[in-house]
Amino acid sequence: MLPFPHRHLLALQGLEPPYIADLLDLAESYALLNRSGKTQRDLLKGRTLINLFFEDSTRTRTSFELAGKRLGADVINMSVSTSSVNKGETLLDTASTLNAMHCDLLVVRHAQSGAPALLSQKVDAAVINAGDGTHEHPTQALLDALTIRRRKGRLENLTVAICGDVLHSRVARSNIHLLSAMNCRVRVVGPPTLIPAEAARLGVEVFHDMKAGLRDADVVMMLRLQKERMAGGLVPSAREFFRFYGLDAAKLAVARPDAIIMHPGPMNRGVEIDSAVADDPERSVIGEQVEMGVAVRMAVLDILARNLRRGARL
Amino acid sequence: MTAPATFPMNPMTDTIFVNARLIDPAAGLDAPGSLLVSRGVIADHGGALAIPEGAEVVDCGGAVLAPGLVDLRAALGEPGAEYRETIDSAAQAAAAGGITTLCALPDTQPALDDAALVQFVVRRGEATGSLSILPYGAATKGCQGKEIAEYGLLREAGAVAFTDGTRAIANARTMRLALSYARAFGSFVVQHPEEPALAAGGAATEGELATRLGLPGITPAAESIMVARDIALARITGGHVHFAHVSTADALSLIRKAKQEGIRVTCDTAPPYFDLNETAIGDFRTYAKLSPPLRREEDRLAVVAALADGTIDAVASDHQPADPDDKRLPFAQASAGGVGLATLFGITLARVHAGDLALPQALELLTVKPARLLGLEAGTLGHGRPADLVLFHPERAWKVEAGKLPGKAQNSPFDGRALEGRVIGTWKAGRRVYG
Repeated sequence: MLPFPHRHLLALQGLEPPYIADLLDLAESYALLNRSGKTQRDLLKGRTLINLFFEDSTRTRTSFELAGKRLGADVINMSVSTSSVNKGETLLDTASTLNAMHCDLLVVRHAQSGAPALLSQKVDAAVINAGDGTHEHPTQALLDALTIRRRKGRLENLTVAICGDVLHSRVARSNIHLLSAMNCRVRVVGPPTLIPAEAARLGVEVFHDMKAGLRDADVVMMLRLQKERMAGGLVPSAREFFRFYGLDAAKLAVARPDAIIMHPGPMNRGVEIDSAVADDPERSVIGEQVEMGVAVRMAVLDILARNLRRGARL
Repeated sequence: MTAPATFPMNPMTDTIFVNARLIDPAAGLDAPGSLLVSRGVIADHGGALAIPEGAEVVDCGGAVLAPGLVDLRAALGEPGAEYRETIDSAAQAAAAGGITTLCALPDTQPALDDAALVQFVVRRGEATGSLSILPYGAATKGCQGKEIAEYGLLREAGAVAFTDGTRAIANARTMRLALSYARAFGSFVVQHPEEPALAAGGAATEGELATRLGLPGITPAAESIMVARDIALARITGGHVHFAHVSTADALSLIRKAKQEGIRVTCDTAPPYFDLNETAIGDFRTYAKLSPPLRREEDRLAVVAALADGTIDAVASDHQPADPDDKRLPFAQASAGGVGLATLFGITLARVHAGDLALPQALELLTVKPARLLGLEAGTLGHGRPADLVLFHPERAWKVEAGKLPGKAQNSPFDGRALEGRVIGTWKAGRRVYG
């Protein structure tokens, strides 16, 4: 296994394929370990992991917490409601506080794109981006890739359709970078009002017709449509969105018969996805995504902690 | 593409039009001949067709037989302003004017922002038996200019495209979203190109005449500013913008240039803007109060030139029915708009008699060009197409007289205008509906 060339995990854009493959291989071994019921509590013993969440999240924070604990780290959760951020502390003040606490691994979620990158310049800890604004969510894309690879046996030459609110999605951006690097054919599908400008320049194919976008797809990745998007006028109504861009059996029928359905959660049933397909045990891998989330985060913590041990200046 | 409305047909007998001058601009046809209609569709046409046994024979006496007119833009009183005009009365006026397909504006009461309302208007059109009514869907909910409407559902219900009708979509972000969102459904947005902040309270084109009459003016720049803005938005969204009733030289120059650059922009104008100029409002004639207002002579000439050079894609009636009480008011308080269904054809033919347009070119602007813009089958004499036909005599004289026009609303800006070229008969799906 190659030494990981970065101190932090801030983005997948620019991460070379061999390192992605290494991370997925290591995550795969943690997935097997987790299924066996064993733990490796000595690996991060004595390390402090802080979950610093400026945005509400239950599943991502829990997933990191579980990953840290299974590897033996001391895990602290700081959320915006209990921190001094509400009292006017700036991001960089927070950084000095964290340094004083000798934090080793810092997991950050923030509503502003680039906030984890800013923190990473000021803290001694290895920073893991757990979602920043509409920029990236690297561990989500890694867990998605691991889920796909386990189901399909490979990533190369698969057709992946990422559907819905691509414009506001950090999950979509991280997935586009990762899947393109691993030689998937990536499509984005959605109304023009929810597709970012010059999306095709990211190396994806853009579709505004859902059936055209799903045709012969191996993987259908749905994104969450936030209710604010309706209020912002980008989509006229939930019923229209569901009718034309919600995943239902009729639209799914044009994908490959063995196509899998993914969703980063939490789902809006009846808006972007119909319950009948979301709960289809043959097609839906949404439960497995959650399981792989813990394994992927264990792998990320492990790999970044190795660099801490070496005292590498990266 | 919208499915054509189904009309009652006469399946028992065929109809053959003989001794006609057939003009089909879509096929470049202008030749003497016959045309056979069978089961409501055009079965054949040519120089010498045999008359099938039992067929009804219409001797055209050398008059011109052409595709029925496709009117891109008309306001109807229904729903909500039936005291001005009903769909039935509009259909009578349309048939007399040779119009067999008409696109209805959605800024009615209530606005056509719901699939059920669009379907209602389509069905009301079918019930006339003489006119296909293709409603526009509201571009924004309630035509209020704020949130985009449900274009997908409206399109499925039969909306041909999206507009807020006589109201401009003023907010640039809303217009951007509309252009962008309409792309998903292969559709376009029709703009009333007038910057409302500059037009508010205005009653006539700003300039010497308005100054002398003491009327609040609307600068012609209100049109060109909106056109320039929306061309920029069409460029960034890749969407298709269509400007209605373009009336100024500056706006037409911008559109001409944008077309050359490959931006998806189209436009129409209406007869008042190439037949009348602002002097028609002299003595405070409220029937000539229109929106946009009648312009200076140099703008009228620019509209004529743009019809001839292809910058303008269609001539629409821009029909706006009004009740006498809407117009019998001091000029600035009178409602804007004029009826146009019965005069669309005659006023356009006046450009042919003036030597500005060839007859097939004028017909093209009234038939196949608007039909193609909307993706319709109508507007040509092609085999298998619906037998929507107009028979007219290009030279026969008549006079426009408000009060004696077909249909209920009589607010014509052309009152007293002598015209050459009159509709003799109109057929919808093979059935005679006028003449």
